[in-house]
Amino acid sequence: MSTAPDLDIEHVAKLARLALTAEEKATFSAQLGDVLHHIEQLAKVDVTGVEPTAHAFPLVNVWAEDVARSGLSAEAALRNAPVQRDHMVVVPKVVE
Amino acid sequence: MATDLFYKTIAELGCLLETKAISSAELTQAVIARTKAVDGKIKAFNSFDEADALAQAGASDRRRAAGDARGILDGIPIGLKDVISAAGQPLTASSRMLANFVSPYDATVTARLKGAGAVIWGRLNCDEFAMGSSTENSAFGPTANPWDFSRVPGGSSGGSSAALAAGEAIATLGSDTGGSIRQPAALCGVLGLKPTYGLVSRYGLIAFASSLDQIGPLTRTAEDAAIMLGAIAGHDPLDSTSFKTDLPDYRAEATTRRGPWRLGIPKEYFGAGLDPEVNAAVEQAIAFYRGHGCEIKEVSLPHTQYCLDTYYIIATAEASSNLARYDGIRYGHRSKDATDALDIYFKSRAEGFGAEVKRRIILGTYVLSSGYYDAFYLRAQKVRTLIRQDFLNAYKEVDALLTPTSPMPAFKIGEKSDPLALYLCDIYTIGVNLAGLPALSVPCGFTGGGLPIGLQLIGRPFDEANLLAMAHTYEQAHGWSRRCPVL
Amino acid sequence: MNYEAVIGLEVHVQVKTNSKVFTRVAAGYGQPPNTLTDPVVLALPGTLPVMNKAALDAIIKAGLMLGCEIAPVCKWDRKNYFYPDSPKNYQISQYDQPICVGGSVEIELPGAARNVMGEHRRVPLARIHLEEDVGKLNHFATESLVDYNRAGTPLMEIVSDPAMHSAEEAYAYLTSLRATMIYGGISDCDMEKGQLRCDANISIRPVGETKLGTKVELKNLNSISFVRDGIAHEIKRQVAVLERGGALVQETRDYDGQAGTSQSLRSKEMAHDYRYFPDPDLMPVKVDDAWKSRIKGECPELPFAKQRRFFETYQLPYTLTSVLVWDRELADYFESAVKIVGTGKAQAVGNWIVNDLLRELGQAHVGVTETKVSPAHLAELVELIDAGAILSSGAKEIFIEMFATSDAPSAIADRKGLRAAATDSGELEQWCRDAIAANAKAVAEFKAGKDSAINALKGPVMKASKGKADPKLVDATLRRLLAS
Ligand SMILES: [Mg+2]
Ligand SMILES: [Zn+2]
Repeated sequence: MSTAPDLDIEHVAKLARLALTAEEKATFSAQLGDVLHHIEQLAKVDVTGVEPTAHAFPLVNVWAEDVARSGLSAEAALRNAPVQRDHMVVVPKVVE
Repeated sequence: MATDLFYKTIAELGCLLETKAISSAELTQAVIARTKAVDGKIKAFNSFDEADALAQAGASDRRRAAGDARGILDGIPIGLKDVISAAGQPLTASSRMLANFVSPYDATVTARLKGAGAVIWGRLNCDEFAMGSSTENSAFGPTANPWDFSRVPGGSSGGSSAALAAGEAIATLGSDTGGSIRQPAALCGVLGLKPTYGLVSRYGLIAFASSLDQIGPLTRTAEDAAIMLGAIAGHDPLDSTSFKTDLPDYRAEATTRRGPWRLGIPKEYFGAGLDPEVNAAVEQAIAFYRGHGCEIKEVSLPHTQYCLDTYYIIATAEASSNLARYDGIRYGHRSKDATDALDIYFKSRAEGFGAEVKRRIILGTYVLSSGYYDAFYLRAQKVRTLIRQDFLNAYKEVDALLTPTSPMPAFKIGEKSDPLALYLCDIYTIGVNLAGLPALSVPCGFTGGGLPIGLQLIGRPFDEANLLAMAHTYEQAHGWSRRCPVL
Repeated sequence: MNYEAVIGLEVHVQVKTNSKVFTRVAAGYGQPPNTLTDPVVLALPGTLPVMNKAALDAIIKAGLMLGCEIAPVCKWDRKNYFYPDSPKNYQISQYDQPICVGGSVEIELPGAARNVMGEHRRVPLARIHLEEDVGKLNHFATESLVDYNRAGTPLMEIVSDPAMHSAEEAYAYLTSLRATMIYGGISDCDMEKGQLRCDANISIRPVGETKLGTKVELKNLNSISFVRDGIAHEIKRQVAVLERGGALVQETRDYDGQAGTSQSLRSKEMAHDYRYFPDPDLMPVKVDDAWKSRIKGECPELPFAKQRRFFETYQLPYTLTSVLVWDRELADYFESAVKIVGTGKAQAVGNWIVNDLLRELGQAHVGVTETKVSPAHLAELVELIDAGAILSSGAKEIFIEMFATSDAPSAIADRKGLRAAATDSGELEQWCRDAIAANAKAVAEFKAGKDSAINALKGPVMKASKGKADPKLVDATLRRLLAS
């Protein structure tokens, strides 16, 4: 196993909003290091002039007409909410 | 042998229901009883709603009595991988994150199956958020392979393949992002079809990697797969990536087209790492098609060696974004220890996700992060173009490709602890997802140890009818699909 | 030292559509919490976005009105960041391929006096893109409550170049932009409802310097005057810091419009890395010429263009145009009335609208579309006055009665005895014959098909009657005689 030199797992875990234990950080760094080393071979492919593929079968202008339909009731919308009050989702106070 | 109701095919049961030789209630009861009898060992189900299934069966029987039966699927119990939404039912993705989540809406495939009269039956185990190749990454424990309980059923749709192989459903739906229908089908001795990207709506499928995911059926036979595909395929205005295309009568085409076809053998799929018994079984299948009058031709997919890397970059990048919504705010697991809003994210996600999901979120976040996007994601999308081109070039000479589905038969639970080793299970299946092609796995033999082997047929875009006809032709000459495990 | 401020504005405008931008549940304001959601808005597992055609039409229209280039192909990207008001924890937006590129907003700087037209210039735009709005957080002592009604409302982000140099200029920019959006029917731009929101990027540099100074982002400028005040305040603050010998830091500041102060939002504890990538759930948008020209056909004349036309066509003074053109309905009202009375009386019509109609509308708190005074009645009033048919001292009283009752001015004049005098039909017919005999040119024009030429005959008749004649009767009599 090897550690990817560039993988700052603390930073990436922060971006991903994942609290990792020290053990997880060590294990993931090593495992992902292996994966990233494997991935390095992609650098060998000559991609000059190659268009990226975002969708296997490109379509354009897929839309719907602006006709509103009814949605969920507040009760249904919040059915799975961990904490709710006054038909709203409750979170600890958000400070910017 | 297949004398029990729960081991019959949709085609057979459709006749029995139509002639009123059996009722849907009887059939559903038989499937429920079978599930209760064997699922303690298989653990294919995350949950099932017996009363709901019997109510659906009763409704089907009443329709039939009134002369309003909706077709061959009316009254047939179908299991859903637990990443496909059914209104009022749990939807967990086999994750602690969604352990208590109940979905308020039907996936388009669910709505279509209900429209065809099918009995929606049970939530099938899988790798958490469909990330894995063994169904070991389920928060609710692994599913066992019905052919050998000490082995994995494959994954991520392992519950879907195991339940079917064990007679706990007549057909199931899975989802396939890098082989997750075909590989478990191969490892459990059933047929699994991954449709062309865009043929089946993804609305209501928990997204893993949006540009690769596709829902498809797992069935006992190609004819059953054709029936299922006919029910779920077709344009859906709720999925912007869904295609508008005329659909053939898959069942009629699958059972009447006889070829011969021009078949390509991609040389890159028969190299090191391929189990000799799997290789031998696939060689015999090739010989069968040659004997059937098919032209067999070696072809090359030169970018095959880059599929795995391309796949892991694209799939994890998309997944890291798709899974951001699981944050403990509006639904899902919320950590009891969170002190502020930011803390809810960190702790809920840490507690709610398993190791493989975390690993992939980290990898996907990394490859998209500032300074790495071009080297990883953008480059992978370009290599994806080359990979797709390889396939399309091959189709200038052949109608379909023939390969092993999995490099090895079912392995032992716990055997592959290294993520990279597990990722290598998908080497024959991921190219298909990157290229958006249809492919299926059909049983093509057993190892000396009695483990099923799968043959993969890869087709042209939207050429499911030919793939199913090829598989049907093969099935007609072989008994593999009729074998059932002894439970 | 003398400093020059450099200001760029980022304006978010909610697009007025029936349904949300990526799902068809109704969009709206002021509904009970969480009643405008569906599985897509809440980002429930398995949901997918589908574009709203009307939102695309609207942003193309905005782009065409502002002279942007409409990209032949644009795509959707995910902007990844976590926030409790963002259901997916990514926002569907446009990153490197926005739908509108370039363009400009014409503005008018303050003139030397209120009644003098100021200098016009164009503030160049960088881009306009379409994205989705987020939900709303309601803050309480220890908790925040989240309402997702607003989430998924189509939102245009209009980004100017850093090309403005004063708070007044920014104010003029926002005023013009807002009027343009309202003109186009794209948004109501009610800042109180959050339909238009503005952030300002402000830096200062010594006059003559070309390099940009340290940029401060000013947020929560939630009324147009707060934008002006906030920017003025920030420029003053930055100058003060530099003059004290201090250094400016790149930061985001929150402007408190009530207090007239700003406060640094502590640089967020997490650096932002939005990890933009193309949204795999959505397909690109291709805009062809046919689509563009269809929308072009729907674009209204913009306020400043209208003003130039009003100058030329109606010879209106600045004091009238500067009021009339900023309200599309008011300008339309004006032109409907002028169409009846002729351009020669345009200024009289304009005066009535700006002085009397607007005053009454303001007192009654109603809009011009709801007024009981029809353009035809206003036109009739102007004609009556012009013909001397009513006492000029009675005109105001008639107008107020028109506003209250929707009756025709002639009827009100009769009822209230405000006509100059009474008249009889034998006399009237003679006056009409005289007018026809004395105006051969107008008669010829009328007979050649120019209907409005009849107006030239009415004046002499009204004059001869000392304003007593009923304009309708005059019209009818003239037509009868001209037809025989
Ligand atoms: Mg898999
Ligand atoms: Zn924005």
